[in-house]
Amino acid sequence: MMGAFVAWYLLQYLGLGYWPALLVAPIVIGLFGVALERLLLKRLYGLDHLYGLLLTFGLALIIQGLFRNRFGSSGLPYAIPSQLAGGHNLGFMFLPNYRGWVIVFSLAVCLGTWYVIERTKLGSYLRAATENPALVQAFGVNVPRMITLTYGFGVALAALAGVLAAPIYQVNPLMGADLIIVVFAVVVIGGMGSIMGSIVTGFLLGIVEGLTKVFYPEASNTVIFVVMALVLLVRPAGLFGRAP
Amino acid sequence: MPDAGLPLLAVRGLNTWYGESHVLHGVDFDVHAGEVVTLLGRNGAGKTTTLKSIMGMVSRRAGSVRLEGIELIGWPSNRIARLGIAICPEERGIFASLNVEENLLLPPQVRPGGLGVSAIFDLFPNLGERLRSQGTKLSGGEQQMLAIGRILRTGARLLLLDEPTEGLAPVIVQQIGATIRRLKAEGFTILLVEQNFRFAATVADRHYVMEHGRVVDVVANEALEASMDRLHAYLGV
Repeated sequence: MMGAFVAWYLLQYLGLGYWPALLVAPIVIGLFGVALERLLLKRLYGLDHLYGLLLTFGLALIIQGLFRNRFGSSGLPYAIPSQLAGGHNLGFMFLPNYRGWVIVFSLAVCLGTWYVIERTKLGSYLRAATENPALVQAFGVNVPRMITLTYGFGVALAALAGVLAAPIYQVNPLMGADLIIVVFAVVVIGGMGSIMGSIVTGFLLGIVEGLTKVFYPEASNTVIFVVMALVLLVRPAGLFGRAP
Repeated sequence: MPDAGLPLLAVRGLNTWYGESHVLHGVDFDVHAGEVVTLLGRNGAGKTTTLKSIMGMVSRRAGSVRLEGIELIGWPSNRIARLGIAICPEERGIFASLNVEENLLLPPQVRPGGLGVSAIFDLFPNLGERLRSQGTKLSGGEQQMLAIGRILRTGARLLLLDEPTEGLAPVIVQQIGATIRRLKAEGFTILLVEQNFRFAATVADRHYVMEHGRVVDVVANEALEASMDRLHAYLGV
């Protein structure tokens, strides 16, 4: 949501359009995330995870409230970049070019993230530090700094998603909150800690939800949770999760 | 005997707390460059905590830990590691989400002069054959070799080994003993935590005995036979 608003601000006040925003908004919001981690979240690491959840959820409500106070909740328009206007008829359906771009680009970002985490040296530090941060630090890796940067990167990815979503959903203070529950479901179905699981599940559920909208619109809001319940019954660790 | 000059590692009055519980009550000992020194003692005597305190892996400690005269108390563990100390923890710390090769290459090189990967496969041939396996799919002995092997790459000169023989078959224990002697011959300094002093006697120069969070005695390896009764009393074996 903040990413989308940064894109909107950039266009409104600096005349920077969609393409620069795709780069600038994640950097700005990523830095905001870094500051948040350094100032607030860092203090909670010794405590139960629940406190971190409470803090971030509270912050999200406050930030969302501030934006709502300033902009209302009806949303601000954000135009599709002219290069991606229009669409193609694929025979069985009409695909707007912009949606096609979002699918391709987000797949590329997902696979890039997966590659970094699963196949690089930096990724091996991240995976190892998830298991045993104290030992990774005792090998000489500055784990606290790594956590800060990873958090910043995650926040930047969310901002990137916000910019991508802006032309589809309009720029709206509630656009993030509407998604968050679905995101939780995606992570649970994919399996906690499995990047590939989240990627595959995210795209699959998008398709399932879309198809449900076509064939039985009344169920489109619930279908994801029905899938989640079924998956949890059969595989409690999620589709791609390792059993604990 | 090694040189009698400045010790490589000097621990003085080391106190450590886990939350409210006071675990180390003033630990004193020295390790000279090129020595293999053991910390013996019963469970709960504070041996593992001593290693973790040297490495900076505990939240609250006081006293003095000096490496070549540099005071390490108050430093975070990543900076301590960069001075050339590496730990092989008791639980081995092999990462399940990394394969054998990634586990081996994980610890960053902190100084020049570490063993090359081929030298490590020379020491532990099993590892070279299983590079793509998940780290925790190895047998206990192989995991121990991986845990030792990965810190030999880093260039650290002081190795802290926490019960490397625990729970392993006699033939593996012998192999690890041979490895420790070879590392000593190559100039590594090793601080070894052991419960099994028969094994310790085959590799070490000196033995410190710990009890209730203090060093209560020191026995040179040559004097070990003569001190058997005393050691039996300390260790309750």
